[in-house]
Amino acid sequence: MLSVEDITMRFGGLVAVGGASLTVPKGAIVGLIGPNGAGKTTLFGVIAGFLKPTSGRVSFEGCDITALPAHVRAQEGIARTFQIVQPFAGLNVRENIAVGAFLRHRNSADAHALADAVGHRVGLGADLDKPASSLTVAGRKRLELARALATEPKILLLDEVLAGLNPSEIRDIVPVIRSIRDEGVTILMIEHVMQAVMNLCEQVYVLAQGRMIAQGTPQDVCEDPHVVEAYLGRGAAERLRTVGANHA
Amino acid sequence: MTLRATLPILIILAVLAAIPLLATSNSVLNFIVFVLIITLAAQGWNVLGGVGGQSSFGHAAFFGTGAYVSAILQSRFGINAWAAMAIAMGVGAIVGWVIGFLSFRAGLRGSYFALVTLAFAEVLRILANAAGFTGGAAGLLLKLNVGFANMQFSSRGAFLWLALSLVALTLFLSQWIASSRFGAQLVAVRENEEAARALGVDVLAVKLRAITVSAAITAAAGCLYLQYFLYIDANIAYGLWISVEALLAPMVGGKGLVLGPIIGAFTLHGLGEAAKTFAASVPGIDLAIYGIILVVVVAFAPEGVLGVLKKTQLWRKRKAHAATKLSEEAA
Ligand SMILES: Nc1ncnc2c1ncn2[C@@H]1O[C@H](COP(=O)(O)OP(=O)(O)O)[C@@H](O)[C@H]1O
Ligand SMILES: [Mg+2]
Repeated sequence: MLSVEDITMRFGGLVAVGGASLTVPKGAIVGLIGPNGAGKTTLFGVIAGFLKPTSGRVSFEGCDITALPAHVRAQEGIARTFQIVQPFAGLNVRENIAVGAFLRHRNSADAHALADAVGHRVGLGADLDKPASSLTVAGRKRLELARALATEPKILLLDEVLAGLNPSEIRDIVPVIRSIRDEGVTILMIEHVMQAVMNLCEQVYVLAQGRMIAQGTPQDVCEDPHVVEAYLGRGAAERLRTVGANHA
Repeated sequence: MTLRATLPILIILAVLAAIPLLATSNSVLNFIVFVLIITLAAQGWNVLGGVGGQSSFGHAAFFGTGAYVSAILQSRFGINAWAAMAIAMGVGAIVGWVIGFLSFRAGLRGSYFALVTLAFAEVLRILANAAGFTGGAAGLLLKLNVGFANMQFSSRGAFLWLALSLVALTLFLSQWIASSRFGAQLVAVRENEEAARALGVDVLAVKLRAITVSAAITAAAGCLYLQYFLYIDANIAYGLWISVEALLAPMVGGKGLVLGPIIGAFTLHGLGEAAKTFAASVPGIDLAIYGIILVVVVAFAPEGVLGVLKKTQLWRKRKAHAATKLSEEAA
């Protein structure tokens, strides 16, 4: 459904993403993991049309969308959340979500009804009339999810929506994400909470220093020595193995 | 449109509509008509600057275009005043779209946008002052010819009702915008453009629609000014004064709120008049008052008069709530 081919994104001299590719099949939940600064958020920006890649191609449902502006991609069914939350601070929670809902509902009663339903679904039911600026970190993450969901997307790009949530909040939201997928929305998620990645994703891509270094099931990827090294430093896999051997 | 939101509008309109029936003093009627013209210009500004957050410092460009186009069509081509006004609003809208296209496409925001709009208005003022078909520095005079077709009335009250009708139409238009998809997208653009784009909002298109509507309304105010005073020149029509009036009223009344411009315009000019009456010996006292009000609003009440009212209302409610709770606990 989504395919990213050989994307390079430079900021001046810095290569934030270098020749990365990935594909997301329809109906899947695919994870994108990697250490901080790996280029994950940058890649999301390229997919959603916020950044123009230095080179490479993004296609969606078989069409090349590399040249399309962000709002058109949203209309085509690509919705993203922001890692650094971007609420409409002067609006209340319902109005925030309604902006997303208005994408496919011209009538404001319909848009507000959808906003309410989505708000309840992500656990913001009690906060609908509160100003968005009064929400906690967890609330703001939910609001990001709710607004994107209200655009009724075909694919949802989630950028660390679980970061900053406590374990019980994560336990609440993980089933919501799964149920969104079960309704037919494809999901590509950047996530650091490995428990959630293991739980949700069928397929995981690993980005490190702008390069895609591994892909596979969550188990395979965690055991891949390249991945362990990317997270823990050079030689870490080797050291872990010797430690493991000594213990045996 | 809920009754709760519409009721205050209806009350204000009813009070203003009753004035010609009660007051016969020319100076009172002159005052109300003038403030209604300012209100209309400010209501135009409010669509773009208040709801959309794109503060213009050059709404004179639209006010002046409305006034000049109408004046030229009437005096040089003998076109009916109502038709002239419709065309003038259309031309004002086009000028708004062009200024918007040039500045929004270039990504101008905040003070850059404000300065560019000011520059456009100044260029138009200088051109109008120099060109022949605008009457140059001498300005344009409409022949006094009372009659409905000429939009000239022997009674000031009739003109007041005309101005009030346009203000009323714009109030209802603003209220419709506030509850519509266009309004939601416009507010989203004001609050956070990135997030709006992610939700499928075509930011440029929304801003262009806003500046076009905004310009048409302010152009209508320019037409009303012309019909009432029957004379314009470049410094009146394209002058900085009207750019300032158009932005000051919503800021004082409550930026982005439906009733902000009308409340602000009457507050400002009411206080200005009062100051002139009580301190007539001090020249320019009304301008000094404007300055003080502006500083007070910016420093202490960024949401204007209506913002302050809302806050005290909330505060009272909370106090009442706390009181009932206390008495319940005591019981
Ligand atoms: N707009 C930008 N301008 C310059 N450098 C950027 C910009 N955005 C991201 N970067 C840099 O690109 C690299 C990748 O960042 P990012 O995509 O946010 O990583 P991740 O999301 O994987 O933590 C970082 O070194 C970051 O500093
Ligand atoms: Mg990131």
